[in-house]
Amino acid sequence: MTFTRRFLMAASAAALGLATGAAAQDKTKVGFIYVGPVGDGGWTYEHNQGRLAVEEEFGDAVETVFVESVPEGPDAERVLTQMALNGADLIFTTSFGYMDPTINVAAKFPNVKFEHATGYKRSDNVSTYGARFYEGRAVQGHIAGSMTESNVIGYIGSYPIPEVIRGINSAYIHAKKVNPDVEFKIIWAYTWFDPAKEADAAKALIEQGADVILQHTDSTAPQAAAQEAGNVITFGQASDMAEYAPKPRVSSIIDNWAPYYIDRVRAVVDGTWESTDTWDGIGAGMVGIGEISDVVPAEVKAEALALKDEIASGAYHPFTGPLKKQDGSDWLAEGESADDGTLLGMNFYVEGISGDIPQ
Amino acid sequence: MDLTAISPTLLIASLMVAATPLLLAALGELIVERAGVLNLGVEGMMITGAICGFAISVETGSPYLGLVFAAIGGALLSLLFALLTQLVLANQVASGLALTLFGLGLSALLGQSYVGVKPPSMARLDLPGLSDLPFVGRVLFSHDPVLYFGIALTIATWAFLKFTRAGLILRAVGENHTAAHALGYKVVRVRILAILFGGACAGLGGAYISLIRVPQWTEGMTAGIGWIALALVVFASWKPLRVLLGAYLFGGLSVLQLNLQAAGLAVPVEYLAMSPYIITILVLVLMSADKSRAPASLGRIFHASS
Repeated sequence: MTFTRRFLMAASAAALGLATGAAAQDKTKVGFIYVGPVGDGGWTYEHNQGRLAVEEEFGDAVETVFVESVPEGPDAERVLTQMALNGADLIFTTSFGYMDPTINVAAKFPNVKFEHATGYKRSDNVSTYGARFYEGRAVQGHIAGSMTESNVIGYIGSYPIPEVIRGINSAYIHAKKVNPDVEFKIIWAYTWFDPAKEADAAKALIEQGADVILQHTDSTAPQAAAQEAGNVITFGQASDMAEYAPKPRVSSIIDNWAPYYIDRVRAVVDGTWESTDTWDGIGAGMVGIGEISDVVPAEVKAEALALKDEIASGAYHPFTGPLKKQDGSDWLAEGESADDGTLLGMNFYVEGISGDIPQ
Repeated sequence: MDLTAISPTLLIASLMVAATPLLLAALGELIVERAGVLNLGVEGMMITGAICGFAISVETGSPYLGLVFAAIGGALLSLLFALLTQLVLANQVASGLALTLFGLGLSALLGQSYVGVKPPSMARLDLPGLSDLPFVGRVLFSHDPVLYFGIALTIATWAFLKFTRAGLILRAVGENHTAAHALGYKVVRVRILAILFGGACAGLGGAYISLIRVPQWTEGMTAGIGWIALALVVFASWKPLRVLLGAYLFGGLSVLQLNLQAAGLAVPVEYLAMSPYIITILVLVLMSADKSRAPASLGRIFHASS
């Protein structure tokens, strides 16, 4: 149960003394709702960095507001309605579970534009955007597979949604490629943000022999658990988590939303906004790979960077055949790469991963 | 599925760690309720203790000083509840809920500059010889001092309620405050002291999470443990040793379900995730089938004139 939801009005740049005659023009108001606190050091932190970049870019012309720690579900609908009533022109809803609330509220406010992260439902005033995190997971899997000595890699999943399953598959495929003996142990935490639970999950995985911990949850608690355990490596998730470098954190996947947010806010200011679907990866700069620390051997680092460059240039797709599904049936033929439709709805493990996806 | 991957030694060791915050908070609430006061603010006092302890130990570099101030922080917050319910006779349920809301907000405010900071770590107790024993050494003799304190506190609470005169007075106040008053006992004073003890225990439990179990600070990190502690007191029939059992059972099952998942047990995850709650309730309900009942004056407002 969380009562920490607060409505914080971000300070406008007026205090800088730059505002002189700009007040005559109506400000564009941009709202953000976050699933965790802005201080989570991961997912929400990066969305908030994007918001701050928007403020920096537009100065007085744009006002931003945000609400943090909004539970997914009916509460989100209430917060969104309030934001729209308060005159927001554009609202970014930054978690998968806000999908239906966003669609519902958008239907009631046709003049307000909505942008929903990582979802798949759109309408005339709802765009979706997401990042191809699985590209980063491929690089991560490569390093993890090369570095593990116990051949056991622990993975803390949040919810069994395509986004997370894609990450598990991508990491597994590339870990397996460099280390055929590798085994994944997966724990579903059923939360995006609960440091105590994430720490317990990491400890359970470490106790069962994992010496690499990958996480798809937002806090830095697994990093702290790995650090305490000693000989375990981790990767920053959503944010660089550099305070845990060079070990346990050996690299990271960094979300960079700022260019997209600035772009979309400009479209609203100019009146050219349209409902779109954006899914960018390493190439477009939406997904970044954090510095690979010196704990990683030089040749592994070089291979990882080469893999990153190949993905960025489009020369290599992380889901390239031959690949089979977990049940042994054929998925991709030699040289064939997965289409976006299959990836967006991914609900199966690839061959070699044990365990079932909770339904 | 590979159940051999689960090491019983490590499992027991980590269940004791997972249970300790719950145990501390529940023991504090048990004393409060035995004195006839229902304080629903456990969650708020825990999270306040968590940030007070975290902040002080980061600033001073001493985790022990942090724990002391966590207890003080929790007790200070509970003092507010004591003033409201014992002196101005406010409703206990409403005041307790308000205390939780207030504690969550206050801790978020206090903790703003401590997000992402690493606290100084607390050394495990290392008893030469004993800690090296197989199985027993890891399970019993290589924990942090707070964990032992929790067990000692359980026994002390039990002995206090059962054998001491002060414990008898506390129970008398909780059972029938009018009679206790007529006998000349200071009902309000006893209750305020009990509330302060409850606050200190909850604060300590919170700090155990932020300093030892996780260890780091994030908003709302107690994530409902305070509510579970409240429920545990009721299901444990207001008996300290049953609180210990319930806390270990709950802690054990929450750790075990993660281990079973990692070992690939073919049971749907949702069942595993709800199992700690269900089994803890079941066991404690079965045990409370004897004639134990709530303190008779629980939640009732006392005024000497009535």
